[in-house]
Amino acid sequence: MQPLNRRQMAWRAAQDIEPGAVVNLGMGMPVHVADYLRPEADIFIHSENGVIGAGPVASPEQADPDLVDASSRRITLRPGASIVDSAWSFAMIRGGHIDVTILGAFEVAKNGDLANWDMRVPNKGPLVGGAMDLAVGARAVWVIMEHTTRKGGPRLVEACTLPLTGKACVTRVYTDLAVIEVGPAGFLVHEVLEGMTREELQTRSGAPLAYAPDCRPLAAPPLSYAE
Amino acid sequence: MPIDKRIGSAAQALADVGDGATVLISGFGGAGFPNLLIRALCERAAKDLTLVVNSATHRYSLTHELIEAGLVRKVVCSAARGRDKELSAFERLWVAGKIELVCLPQGTFAEAIRAGGAGIPAFYTPVGFGTELTQGKEVRRFEDRDYVLERAIRGDLALIRADTADLYGNLTFRHAQMNFSPAMATAAKLVVAEVRAVTETPIPPERVQLPGVYVDRVVTATE
Repeated sequence: MQPLNRRQMAWRAAQDIEPGAVVNLGMGMPVHVADYLRPEADIFIHSENGVIGAGPVASPEQADPDLVDASSRRITLRPGASIVDSAWSFAMIRGGHIDVTILGAFEVAKNGDLANWDMRVPNKGPLVGGAMDLAVGARAVWVIMEHTTRKGGPRLVEACTLPLTGKACVTRVYTDLAVIEVGPAGFLVHEVLEGMTREELQTRSGAPLAYAPDCRPLAAPPLSYAE
Repeated sequence: MPIDKRIGSAAQALADVGDGATVLISGFGGAGFPNLLIRALCERAAKDLTLVVNSATHRYSLTHELIEAGLVRKVVCSAARGRDKELSAFERLWVAGKIELVCLPQGTFAEAIRAGGAGIPAFYTPVGFGTELTQGKEVRRFEDRDYVLERAIRGDLALIRADTADLYGNLTFRHAQMNFSPAMATAAKLVVAEVRAVTETPIPPERVQLPGVYVDRVVTATE
């Protein structure tokens, strides 16, 4: 089976969100999770700029420059939405009122350390935004990322080489090859692409992988990828 | 004299801003940028400014004009990366050592301003512990968790954007326009609000999102 594409990875993560959850979605792949939430799950999407209950991206006719999300996209609101100011929005994050945040990442270490804000590009200014607040404050921190870098290097690592966003915060990782829990014993694979052997997955990972007794095949419906 | 916080123009509203001022500028993601006031501050040309602004490089904000004009000595923000491969105005000056940068996690940035306006000089937060952004800061353990001591932020001037003001300076905001404005308005000596409209009828008290006690001057933005 083919590795999941970015849409399918977002779909897979969306399946695990509990009904009624308050969820914050990071820039990039994670925002696509919103497209695959089951309507009956009644989920509230929180955005760092103070929106609680973000709806789909606005059509050109609906678009309102005063109504944006943390990725600067013009959005709509779902029924029951509310809007607060930034200080309150982050108090909500730090105070443990966000059930789960789903973030992109460059590296996740076996102890749950997260590196997702600084790739050390020379001369480019820093951009941390709300990443550190979410990593520390959300009740669960999940990551969606490709299993390896473009050059084929591992992103699941013994220790992060890039600057940390938060220490020991990630509890679950969704990659194009596997679904992995991050716990006290390190990486525990719960789902893996059908046909991929344990040796193959291990060679693409920078730290030892253990397997859950009920490890299942990773599957997603066909979804075409378009950013 | 009954209170009437309206002022004729953005230039008049900023006429007494001096060199070396610390200026808090609101706005996020295209919502609530006080661009009329930012442009007027450029024209005022006060030098050696410290800007406290969430993003130093956002494409919809005119903050970059202050930076390009060489009026800024220091930026306190949570985002300072230009979108393009080419370096932004901020990045060029920063790389050349001509602008000092303080980068804070966005929630720490917001809380530092809120604290500044609430009489709290510093606060412990778990955010950023063990990362480069909090290196050298005091750490203290409460219960079983480590926290970093962050200092409050106050300024000389806050530039904010709202939807409607009444003559008392009470404000309402549209949608996500609010973002940093309420906190910034509490933490600066002089607060200037640019608004879409001023109503002579007082805003119903329970609809006021930022009380006029925090707002000194109101300018109508006619775009």
